[in-house]
Amino acid sequence: MTRALVNVPKTAKRGEVIEIRAMIQHVMETGYREGPNGVMIPRHIIKRFVCKYGGEEIFSAELFPAIAANPFLSFSAVASESGTITFEWTDDKGETQTASADITVT
Amino acid sequence: MNSNTTRPTLEQAIRSFTGGKQVIDGRVKFQISPLVENGNAVPVTVEVDSPMTAENHVRRIALFNEKNPQADVAIFHLGPRAGRAKVSTRIRLATSQAVVALAETSDGGFWSSKANVVVTLAACIEDVSQA
Amino acid sequence: MLRFVLLAAVAFSSMARAEIPSKDKRSGFDFMSPQTQAMQSDETSNPGMLWVLDGERMWSESQGKAEKSCASCHEDAAKTMRGVAARYPAFDEQTKRPIDLAGRINRCRETRQDAPPLARESNELLTLSAYVAYQSHGMPITPAADRRLDKYRENGRAWFERRLGQLQLSCASCHDDRWGARLGGSVIPQGHPTGYPLYRLEWQAVGSLQRRLRGCLVGVRAEPFEYGASEYVDIELFLMSRAAGLKMETPAVRP
Ligand code: HEC
Ligand code: HEC
Repeated sequence: MTRALVNVPKTAKRGEVIEIRAMIQHVMETGYREGPNGVMIPRHIIKRFVCKYGGEEIFSAELFPAIAANPFLSFSAVASESGTITFEWTDDKGETQTASADITVT
Repeated sequence: MNSNTTRPTLEQAIRSFTGGKQVIDGRVKFQISPLVENGNAVPVTVEVDSPMTAENHVRRIALFNEKNPQADVAIFHLGPRAGRAKVSTRIRLATSQAVVALAETSDGGFWSSKANVVVTLAACIEDVSQA
Repeated sequence: MLRFVLLAAVAFSSMARAEIPSKDKRSGFDFMSPQTQAMQSDETSNPGMLWVLDGERMWSESQGKAEKSCASCHEDAAKTMRGVAARYPAFDEQTKRPIDLAGRINRCRETRQDAPPLARESNELLTLSAYVAYQSHGMPITPAADRRLDKYRENGRAWFERRLGQLQLSCASCHDDRWGARLGGSVIPQGHPTGYPLYRLEWQAVGSLQRRLRGCLVGVRAEPFEYGASEYVDIELFLMSRAAGLKMETPAVRP
């Protein structure tokens, strides 16, 4: 289980552009580093990140080893309706994790 | 970084993203510090001048580097529901080099901006373990 | 392993500024770039907060044969742990010498939870320490006024002023006499322990003050102490009194 910190404003006015942030605890091991014993440390990165709002995909990202450890992503969305914003990310071992936050739109 | 296969050049990486289409310098505002204290986590923000309507919006934003072991950094997919074509993240830069931000608009156009970043060395470089 | 990349740059003259007057005391935060400062200041972008958040979960997780969590006894950390990190290391009645926060947490694990101690620098111990220290965020460092600590603090000071390693540099020669100067790519800070455990970009993770001190020791080509060694605790005791009045920043971010 990795930790994630997602940040969505609790409330917004309809039509307002809101900022969404996500930060995920993950080593993002590049696969280009040598361990202390001289052996390459295998790559282990989050490859894909998806954000859905009211069930519809509004943002996604393909990530490569050049994304810093504990990836941070900030993007925006139009506050369209009250509901849940979900986050889903998958690493190269095929492990998928999720987080979510609710927003009230007035 | 002792891989035998050579990485694509920055230009080749850009071409594979654009499919060889013309790239125009402009509309992309690229915020990245010209001098960074540590290449392990360099904050970047890319903002594209776009109304972000159903008819006219940014579809993808991509980041590529010149000298890391791999040219790709990230590809972001967005659409009119984003409201604003603005994305921030933190990237790794193995050494001082150029970084390019590219945007693909819904009309099939490609726009870009390039930045040069100097990475200073930390005083003590600690590789992997503490042992 | 560690490499120190600026040996040549360390041709120090013998100009000594001695102790830093309190009006000139500055956290390492002040010597960072605006980008790194912003990363620390905004909790939604500070990677150290991932550890704090995880620590919150661990705080109420039952452990050991006693099947108790930290919360079973200490309840709301925001109340019971507030200010604790700002006055550590404290005098430990059991060993009759100073104990640091991580050591104190491990003590509760062993004696109160009946669980094996967590390894120094393990992710779990760093996570719990970060969570407990975060409860003092923004509070001034106020060293414990326990006279029994004095001789250990003096020992810490002696280490700070002693010329160490092949480079024959003391901590003071950099952090008292040369702070603000550039050393290779980085600015020499005053060396205050305000933000630990902290997220170091170089480590790409959260680490302890002892890990940081280890870096400085290896930097001057001195043999570092074992993690948990009493010398580190004594040095921390001295560093905390030297930093008295500066605000706790856990989890800080450093390059
Ligand atoms: C069974 C009850 C119990 C449990 C469980 C417990 N503690 Fe404690 N803890 C105490 C008591 C009692 C003291 C103070 C008396 C002493 O010195 O032992 C204390 C002291 C401390 C202190 C020092 C506070 C100060 O003001 O100096 C810290 C820090 C601490 N505990 C952290 C933890 C953490 C973290 C956990 C979970 C890993 C934990 N404790 C689990 C009972 C407990
Ligand atoms: C050659 C100069 C030099 C010496 C000697 C030295 N340091 Fe440092 N120290 C630095 C530099 C430079 C940094 C900044 C971090 C970096 O990039 O390595 C630092 C960072 C620190 C920090 C972290 C401060 C923060 O804001 O988190 C502490 C604490 C510290 N040193 C303590 C010590 C102690 C204790 C000693 C003696 C055992 C020592 N240093 C010896 C140069 C030195």
